[in-house]
Amino acid sequence: MRILLAIVLMAYQIITWAAPMDAFEFDNKEQEKIFKKLSDELRCLVCQNQSIADSNADLAKDLRTEIHTMLQAGKTEEQIKEFMVDRYGDYVLYEPPFEPMTWLLWFGPLVIFIIGLFYAREFVKRQNSSAQSGELSAEEAERLRNLQMELKQKNANDKGTKKEDGQS
Amino acid sequence: MTEIKQNNKSMLQRFMPLIIFSLLVIMLGVGLTLNPRLIPSPLIGKPVPVFELPLLNKDGVFSDKDLKGQITLVNVWASWCYACRQEHEVVKQLARSGLRIVGLNYKDKKQDAIQWLMQLGNPYQVIAADESGRIAIDWGVYGAPESFLIDKQGIIRHKVIGPVSDQENYEALMEAIKTISGNQS
Repeated sequence: MRILLAIVLMAYQIITWAAPMDAFEFDNKEQEKIFKKLSDELRCLVCQNQSIADSNADLAKDLRTEIHTMLQAGKTEEQIKEFMVDRYGDYVLYEPPFEPMTWLLWFGPLVIFIIGLFYAREFVKRQNSSAQSGELSAEEAERLRNLQMELKQKNANDKGTKKEDGQS
Repeated sequence: MTEIKQNNKSMLQRFMPLIIFSLLVIMLGVGLTLNPRLIPSPLIGKPVPVFELPLLNKDGVFSDKDLKGQITLVNVWASWCYACRQEHEVVKQLARSGLRIVGLNYKDKKQDAIQWLMQLGNPYQVIAADESGRIAIDWGVYGAPESFLIDKQGIIRHKVIGPVSDQENYEALMEAIKTISGNQS
């Protein structure tokens, strides 16, 4: 129990240490909300799997300061995003912009889903039609014959063992 | 006849997973061989950002206007950056070959930077000191070393991410220099 507690406390330590929090002051709640949103949405370029908000990297710190300064200067969320994209490209955005270049990215999963639906429908339809027709394909007939043979054999064997059972 | 057709269909169906799998493997394979650290710069083809910075080793300032008139390589470096040390010999060699090289000293301490140059040699015609790293943000710098090739009009024509001494980087830079000097001479 004590060990468990130690582990939990240690994990808590790591978590608090990993999320850098600078002492930024904001004019109002709205500004703070935009700041949080932006630093969560922008990718840290040095440590690419972290957002600017999560990263301890020097550049991420600088960019947080920059966002804060721009917010204080009255810049809007859109303007700040544009500032970042102008310098670092679309790459800095975790969510890629919606444009012809990225259509495959945005619609790809939907297209695959539709193809999947189509295949599923075909599959169900085929199942239904073979069930309705009541006729067996050559393969199925073969399988049926084999099963029947097996069953016969098994019955014969069972009878044999039963007889032995009766005797004992 | 219908049986053959059915056979063909089931053949295709049987191989469908394999085909999809192969496509996935190819796509993932291409993705794996790309270097995620290479982020294409949106600044290529655009004029250098407007800036003014103090010089590192003497009095005076350096601004974007000073980047016009001559093909220049702006080399972003710092004394704390290991890869900068690696590329330094090649930067010196480029300077000897007649290319104008301007240093952008990035988030460095003045003393450290000057000491570093005294130890390793100074290939830079001028060095602008960006102690806070604010100007480097305007250049889209996300790590040192990075180098920008500027043409006579002050347009950024090529960006090297990482040491210029890497063979691939070096060849691409040479190619870019050849292209712009061919167009502008």
